[in-house]
Amino acid sequence: MPEKTYLQAISDGLREEMRRDQRVFVLGEDVGVYGGAFKVTLGFQEEFGPWRVIDMPLAETAILAGATGAALMGMRPVAEMQFADFVSCGWDHLVTVAAKQHFRAGTPIPIVVRLPSGGGFSGGPFHSQTAESSSAHIPGLKVVCPSTPADAKGLLLSAIEDPNPVLFCEHKHLYRRIKGDVPEERYTVPFGEARMHRHGEDVTVITWGAMVYTADEAAQRLAQEDDLSVEILDLRTIIPWDREAVLDSVRRCSKVLVLHEDTRTGGFGGEIAATIAEEAFEHLDGPVRRMAAPDSPVPFAPNLEKAFIPQVDDVVRALRELAAY
Amino acid sequence: MAVREAEPVSSLQEVHDAGLDREDLLGIYRNLLTTRGIEERGHILYKQGKIPGSFYTGRGNEASAVGVATAMGPHDVGTPLQRAMGVHVTRGLEPWRIFAQYMGRADGPTRGRDGNVHIGDANLGLYAMVSHLPAMLPVAVGMALAFRIREEKRVAIAWCGEGASARGDAHEGMNLAGVRKLPVIFWIDNNQWAYSTPSHLEYAVEHLADRAAAYGFEGVVVDGTDVLAVYREAKRAIEKAREGGGPTLIESVTLRMEGHAVHDDAFYVPRELFEEWARRDPIERFRAWLRDHAEMTDAEEDEITSGVKRLLNESLQRAEESPLPDPGTLVAAVYAQPEELDTPHHK
Repeated sequence: MPEKTYLQAISDGLREEMRRDQRVFVLGEDVGVYGGAFKVTLGFQEEFGPWRVIDMPLAETAILAGATGAALMGMRPVAEMQFADFVSCGWDHLVTVAAKQHFRAGTPIPIVVRLPSGGGFSGGPFHSQTAESSSAHIPGLKVVCPSTPADAKGLLLSAIEDPNPVLFCEHKHLYRRIKGDVPEERYTVPFGEARMHRHGEDVTVITWGAMVYTADEAAQRLAQEDDLSVEILDLRTIIPWDREAVLDSVRRCSKVLVLHEDTRTGGFGGEIAATIAEEAFEHLDGPVRRMAAPDSPVPFAPNLEKAFIPQVDDVVRALRELAAY
Repeated sequence: MAVREAEPVSSLQEVHDAGLDREDLLGIYRNLLTTRGIEERGHILYKQGKIPGSFYTGRGNEASAVGVATAMGPHDVGTPLQRAMGVHVTRGLEPWRIFAQYMGRADGPTRGRDGNVHIGDANLGLYAMVSHLPAMLPVAVGMALAFRIREEKRVAIAWCGEGASARGDAHEGMNLAGVRKLPVIFWIDNNQWAYSTPSHLEYAVEHLADRAAAYGFEGVVVDGTDVLAVYREAKRAIEKAREGGGPTLIESVTLRMEGHAVHDDAFYVPRELFEEWARRDPIERFRAWLRDHAEMTDAEEDEITSGVKRLLNESLQRAEESPLPDPGTLVAAVYAQPEELDTPHHK
């Protein structure tokens, strides 16, 4: 099985699906000649032509509404937001039209919106945001946050197959940093099934996206330094999310940290924490802990950004506190 | 590219040249009467307390709606708005389902989940509006994009009002359509009032159709009370788009003859303006034209009028028999299931 970067897995998965299914096409800013700001669609236009890899005007509503219209006519559009941050320009379309269309009119909207998400590069307030918590609050949208190359491909193909609008949050900090085995053949990873990233017994971390690797480093350090056994559950998809896997892990470990890169207040971690409190209260040996970015825009200066995004040291500290409780 | 102001249609020969025979003309008259009849009955239902929420009509806009819909091909699609009930009527949405929609019943096209004029039946190529106007305009452009990708000779019609033309969605959609020369018609029903806001506070150009030049396509102004001129201009633009000639922006000028919705008495519209446009009532105008140019007889007119009345009576009764929607279906309706894509349309 070949080893690929997270970015290559997304790119290859998309290219293979476009070869297989004529209905799949790509639209976005600079996705054609330039191959996309992150080069996910590099070489696509040469292979598929300018009408299946469409360089769009700088207009997110036109991109997203264009995708919806084409989907209503039987296409399977994959729209790229150059950065996840810019989805706010087309937010009205997603919330008002795409998310509500099936509910009110009964017509499915099979679109995928690729969102290069997250911080860690001094992108500042407008090139670093994560959209999953805001999106998760909109009934009608599905929200996917893969953390491994294999999941990135399998979840992308599930997203294209899905008859609903799917926000595919691909983390920029994983693009070239993370490598893994990716099966050559076509496969899908189902929505709503968490991935056990690391088995443990003492405390569990519920997380997704780039924070999986932050938690992993913290878990390795705690295993060595504290002989603490940390479990890490990678949710993979936020809407729908795998409640059973979360509750099962909590029942076994009895202590839980919910960790995400999105800001704290109204962040999706609150929903997970509340569900644990409702459904697994008797199994808890400590308060449900949340760790998230503080309630501020994403800052620019490297030291400020480190203070914003949860770091390995922060996770280690929180897990030690939980273990000692 | 200067804006073109369309001439009225005068002779029957001109109408034949545009592709309509006498039966078609009588059919247009029937659709106009049905459209107005549905909305008049709707008013009564509202006053009887049978319509929840608010109630919106397109009085004065019937010709603009019926004319365009008559010009559309069977596989063309569109996203009509709240003054364009005639589009649904002309493309065959049965009036009883419209009444069921008004009353929030299970047999309305949105099964009680969306209200009043948010109507559309995808089987008829019509996709329901949302309140955030003109959010469906760039969606129609996306439909045209699909036609262009697949090289199908189909056309999308994107409706807009003069008020909603102020919003960014209109610009983004028109710009994309111009850049890619997509088969889409932008139909702006300019009824001069956006709720209480007059046109001169919505836009600064003389005609909204003037904007077409900025997007690189043709702009046309047509009298929206003249159903035949509306038909001719729509047909011309649709066939041009079908043959790869790109978009056209058509501004159809009417007056909104009632308030924004039933609660609004439109006190802010000068009375003289209502009186002036009442003399140009689109249905009365076409009736006179049929009498003068197509020799519509008393018997024909009676047959049409009584047929519409009968249809609406039966439709109302059938709609009132439609059940209330089941609250148990609420959450399950949010997401589509995979088998819903298992249709010829999506394959």
